[in-house]
Amino acid sequence: MSSDSLESGWLGATAMFRRGVGLFVLLVALLVAAPSGAQEHSPDGAFAPDASAVKEQALLEQEARIQGRIDIPDRRAAVLIQPAGRRWDYFHEFTLHWVGAIVILGMIVLLALAYLIMGRIRIAAGRAGKKLVRFSFFERFSHWLTATSFVLLALTGLNITFGKLVLLPVMGAEAFSALAQVAKYVHNFVSFAFILGLALIVSLWIKDNLPRKVDLDWIKQGGGFIKSKHAPAGRFNAGEKLVFWFALGAGAAVIVSGLLLLFPFYVTGIAGMQIAQVVHALVAVVFVAVIIAHIYIGTLGMEGAFEAMGTGEVDLNWAKEHHDQWFAEKQARGELGNRSA
Amino acid sequence: MARMKFLCDADRCIDCNACVTACKNENEVPWGLNRRRVVTINDGKPGERSVSMACMHCTDSPCAAVCPVKCIFQTDDGVVLHDKDLCIGCGYCFYACPFGAPQYPKIGNFGTRGKMDKCTFCAGGGGPEVSGSREEYRKYGSNRLAQGKLPLCAEMCSTKSLLAGDGEIIAQIYRERVLKRGYGSGAWGWVTAYHEGIST
Repeated sequence: MSSDSLESGWLGATAMFRRGVGLFVLLVALLVAAPSGAQEHSPDGAFAPDASAVKEQALLEQEARIQGRIDIPDRRAAVLIQPAGRRWDYFHEFTLHWVGAIVILGMIVLLALAYLIMGRIRIAAGRAGKKLVRFSFFERFSHWLTATSFVLLALTGLNITFGKLVLLPVMGAEAFSALAQVAKYVHNFVSFAFILGLALIVSLWIKDNLPRKVDLDWIKQGGGFIKSKHAPAGRFNAGEKLVFWFALGAGAAVIVSGLLLLFPFYVTGIAGMQIAQVVHALVAVVFVAVIIAHIYIGTLGMEGAFEAMGTGEVDLNWAKEHHDQWFAEKQARGELGNRSA
Repeated sequence: MARMKFLCDADRCIDCNACVTACKNENEVPWGLNRRRVVTINDGKPGERSVSMACMHCTDSPCAAVCPVKCIFQTDDGVVLHDKDLCIGCGYCFYACPFGAPQYPKIGNFGTRGKMDKCTFCAGGGGPEVSGSREEYRKYGSNRLAQGKLPLCAEMCSTKSLLAGDGEIIAQIYRERVLKRGYGSGAWGWVTAYHEGIST
């Protein structure tokens, strides 16, 4: 063996080694770069056309809804599968039915108990016979616009959830369908009256509903429900203020979610509409229960309260007992008048 | 009694939209509504698949459960039908449907929905109309099932990707296919619609 051949043999071995290292590095780099990369071949080496195919289950684990490209012009139909529909079904048919029934019927039972135990809150000093203006005509108009539209919205809204359980068996399919059709249009169109009414109420009364120190005293004194204690208040007491702020918050929630449902696909897709319906329904159920309590205390629950929104004038003694600070302000400004009942 | 089902073999669908066209034509579906559509997943990427989808005629149909006027029901053949005379167009079935099947003609201002329209498995309507009558056709489209025929979308499918018929039989056809070719990306929507996949 010559030195030449020895040398070339050594060089050849080195080159092979280098090539081998290079290949190894390349292989490692490929494996690191694409550890879960598409495998074109099945384990036995055969070509596997489905190796990189999208799988339904894998897609659903990544996202709640499988979507893709669609050929027809209706791009809304690009959501292929959304199992969340079944979860919305469960919410609507189980959760909402029970929550709705418990919250609304529970409130009615509570109020019935309150009436049986406490009875009607009377004007302790009896009627003075003199009247004091509490709400102007425009304030009463705003209140009753909101109130009438709310009652219509509540009844038609409850009908779409509970109508099939309560009215359908009694009325029969055709008559109930006709009623539900009218109810749907009433609900859709009266909503605008409610929006206007709520906007008026908020702009008229927000100033007098800002929290003040007297509200804490009112709560400490039992809110006028304890006969031996006097709960002080300005134009609106802390209870009324809570109803005001609740109506503003819940009203905003049902208005926004309701508009999203009234204008399908304008802002949200199917996911947004499902969430909007859940928010709309749950807030509305609590809203209805709170307003039932509001109606109770404004009519049956308290003597002399309804007149404030009825004729706009309240009895002098009622004002002293329930809104002493407001009464004092009126007196100081000489606005008591001398009207007798 | 056979339990009617749809099955889309995504490994065979070529996104030709013949099923969409066949459905629209056979049932004279109004302008703007589509009872069937083809959606392509991972379009243009390796492993893209197209799936033809319409009402799957679900077991425990969520649309029927949430309907506030109870106008949706399932026939003895497992076909989900509805009565357009009772439908009030509230949109609830669309919220509940896992497959986006219910369609509504826009009949007024805002998004006011008209009476719901969807795939009937070419089985006519769920109203009081006489089966196979002109009135039934006008409201709901074709009643091929009454004539012993299967839905036209599946009958027209050139690659036989879309299968319609007795659930047991089409599942068996799919199983044999997967066995022979050695792969299958599964029966899309079956677990959601029928609470069961097809074991292969």
